[in-house]
Amino acid sequence: MALLEIRNVVKQFDDFTAVNNVSLSVEAGEFFTLLGPSGCGKTTLLRMLAGFEQPDSGQILLDGKDMSQVPPEKRPVHTVFQNYALFPHMTVRENVAFPLKMAGWAKDKIDAQVDELLEDVRLTRFGKRYPHEMSGGQRQRVAIARALVDRPRLLLLDEPLSALDAKLREEMQLELINLQKEVGITFVYVTHDQGEALALSHRIAVMSNGQVEQLDIPENIYGNPKNRFVADFIGQCNVLEGTVKAVDGDTMTVDIKGCGEVKTLAVAGAAVGKPGWLALRPEKIKLDKELPDLPDEAYFKGRIHDCLYLGDVTIYIVEVADGVLIETMLPNNIPGVAKFFDDNDEVEVAWRFDAGRFLFE
Amino acid sequence: MAKKQSVWLWVSAISTYLFLYLPLVIVVVFSFNDSKLNAEWVGFTFKWYDQLFHNDKMLTAAGHSLMIAVAASLLSTFFGTLAGVAMHKYKLRILPFLVLTPIAIPELLTGVSLVIFFVMVNQVLGILELGLFTILLSHVAFCIGFVAIVVKARMQGMDDSLVEAARDLGATPFQAFRLVTLPVIRPGIIAGALMAFTLSIDDFVITFFTAGAGASTLPLEIYSMIKIAVTPEVNAVSSLLMLLTLVLIVIASRVSPNSLRADN
Amino acid sequence: MKLQNRLGKYLLSWPPLVYLVLFFLIPTCIMFVAAFRFPGDYGGLAPMYYIEEGRVVWDLTLENFQRIVEEPIYLELFLKSAGYAGLTTLVCILMAYPLAWLIARSQKKHRDLMLLLVILPFWSNFLIRIYAWMIILGPQSAFTKAVNWVWTGMGFEPLQLLFTPFAVIVGMVYVHLPFMVLPLYANLEKHDMSLLAAAQDLGANAWQRFWKITWPLSLPGIFAGSALVFIPALGMFAIPDILGGTDSIMIGNLIKQQILDTRDWPFGAVLSIMLTAGVLGIAALGSLVARGGVKRG
Repeated sequence: MALLEIRNVVKQFDDFTAVNNVSLSVEAGEFFTLLGPSGCGKTTLLRMLAGFEQPDSGQILLDGKDMSQVPPEKRPVHTVFQNYALFPHMTVRENVAFPLKMAGWAKDKIDAQVDELLEDVRLTRFGKRYPHEMSGGQRQRVAIARALVDRPRLLLLDEPLSALDAKLREEMQLELINLQKEVGITFVYVTHDQGEALALSHRIAVMSNGQVEQLDIPENIYGNPKNRFVADFIGQCNVLEGTVKAVDGDTMTVDIKGCGEVKTLAVAGAAVGKPGWLALRPEKIKLDKELPDLPDEAYFKGRIHDCLYLGDVTIYIVEVADGVLIETMLPNNIPGVAKFFDDNDEVEVAWRFDAGRFLFE
Repeated sequence: MAKKQSVWLWVSAISTYLFLYLPLVIVVVFSFNDSKLNAEWVGFTFKWYDQLFHNDKMLTAAGHSLMIAVAASLLSTFFGTLAGVAMHKYKLRILPFLVLTPIAIPELLTGVSLVIFFVMVNQVLGILELGLFTILLSHVAFCIGFVAIVVKARMQGMDDSLVEAARDLGATPFQAFRLVTLPVIRPGIIAGALMAFTLSIDDFVITFFTAGAGASTLPLEIYSMIKIAVTPEVNAVSSLLMLLTLVLIVIASRVSPNSLRADN
Repeated sequence: MKLQNRLGKYLLSWPPLVYLVLFFLIPTCIMFVAAFRFPGDYGGLAPMYYIEEGRVVWDLTLENFQRIVEEPIYLELFLKSAGYAGLTTLVCILMAYPLAWLIARSQKKHRDLMLLLVILPFWSNFLIRIYAWMIILGPQSAFTKAVNWVWTGMGFEPLQLLFTPFAVIVGMVYVHLPFMVLPLYANLEKHDMSLLAAAQDLGANAWQRFWKITWPLSLPGIFAGSALVFIPALGMFAIPDILGGTDSIMIGNLIKQQILDTRDWPFGAVLSIMLTAGVLGIAALGSLVARGGVKRG
């Protein structure tokens, strides 16, 4: 039995449907991420798990028990808030001890447990400080220690890294992964940052407009997006309009509008004449002055339309046919060379038949 | 050009400060002046303070003022804190109107309506005869608003997720209020209480209407001294009152450095 | 959860609500009704109705309102009060503007002290502040003597300062000045200084920069301050009572006299209603202008 099961949950605010018939389950020990743009319903879903909102219909089961009538303070679920929500009038120790006091623990047991948690997050020396005397990263760790101190069944994290700067964020990502491994508590993590989701999670649910668009492991979310929204939202992606020409076992031929026929992997539900889009990651596309035209590869001649120098890589927008632009990317891995091509250079692009995915929705 | 401008700005600003402070300084200086007239400096004396401390009427009035101010401050802090929290947490219509109007309209109108009200209630029910108690009731009515504003401002400065965090970590709604909301807004509550105390002990207009014949407070006593016979005793009592206010302000600024600005 | 929420709402809002209904709303309503009643034989109010042949006969009147319309002296007094309040407001603007500007442009660390110095006198007793001006404007004071030395030197009769309209205006400005400085400061402090730099860059001189940029942007602060000064000034009775003479009384003095001295409550109530109407009118005007200002901004 899954630790957490969400069944057909719906939540409306006035005439806006924040969460629209979501069902998913989270296994014990999992690092599970709800990923989506702002307004997609991920935070509302999280707040329902915490108990701050009640679903209009549907069920939330924790260890098989329906949680809908249980108030937040009675749930074995804690939240790490986006702004940490540390109590400003309490020291770090008092903050971390709060859940234990609420649960009525004995004083010596509280002390021992708080010590242990402060050690876990490497804040032993800071127990007597107040939140405003700590840095952003330290406050973050206090918030996590406070939420983990009484070993909840489930830890909810609401964009916990969004207030940190880029460098610290990467550090904290590693720390979160290690901490989760160490304590073995199930994490449900909410973020709009796809990079964070891919780096941290065991599984990701991509949400939009209150619904789950795709639920899968990170590799599949990125490499095998189910629809145009997921392809577009996760990373950079070329989306080329086309129709199916022929299906031939594992592969099929599609006619890309304005370019011509290319070979691609066959997908379920494919039928001749069915329109769709070819989703293609820029880094999977080869780009050079001259490329061989191989049978297993799509091959086009084109010219450089635009270049974007990003430092580690350069993005080249290639016009392969009138009005059809393909984004490609080359790492700047040759010392002393900043750019391989300039605007209007004649180039050739190619990609293997299994580099892209043909999507019907 | 810019230099000249700022010189003029400074001159006008300093004259405004002088305009604000010179009168108060004069009152204090003349309270030590050994002359019955507030005209020119004759010599140093404490005799006006001495006379003041032997003036039974004045002392009684001061006692009344203090009692009323303490009680009004406690009561209006209770009501005002509830109102401030409620106004922040819920979308209310009537309460904000009732809380803010007594502050916005001239005190005179509050005084007039209250004296008519108290006398009528007294005629019909035989309770609430004009006196110290009606003064207290009136003071609470106009102090609630000031406390509510300060407390509400403090609530607005408080992160809403703190209460949610407390609930999330196992606190009941009541525990969350007691352990998180109340301590966080405490500086606002204390500032509000001090403000109510000062407003009550200083109030003249509403007190003047609702006091009736017998009751006297310090401002009423000062008023009759000013109207009938000005003696430097008024200067002495004024100086002491200023000292008291100053002490309260120092306390307030210690408790919550930003509270002093929240009162406009 | 929902029930708990509603319970919390009632527990929080009902105690202050009940108190203010009892000691603010009901008294105000009674005052309004009193305006339509006859004065009692010994002051106060006559009964609202009497019972004749077992039927209730209401004993209400519009006489009190007629008196205001028929005798121009009351309307004149009202206008005079508005004039005093208006003059007070104007002087407050003139005095507060440079100060507020200076505070807003000072270094952050000095600002709090400068503001505190503006507010501090406001916290001392109201009567004491008025009394201080009795000393300063009194006939024997150094200030009066200096003024009269200049005045008689120019060949005029010596002046009396205390118990004149001048003293009343000085007192009212003194008491209300902080209420003008604070909102003006709050407004000026938010001004984006780069606007002035931009205007200068585009060729505006200091005077043009003030009139075309700073002044229009500070109007919301001016309106807020004006409302905070004008409204209490309009209903003032203590300052004219102490610093003014018989020729410088205001509507507040008349109301006080009707309620406490002659005890003609119905007429006092009518005058109070007039004052309330004036105050509400100013407040409505203020919020209207403020809203217009926001739209333009």
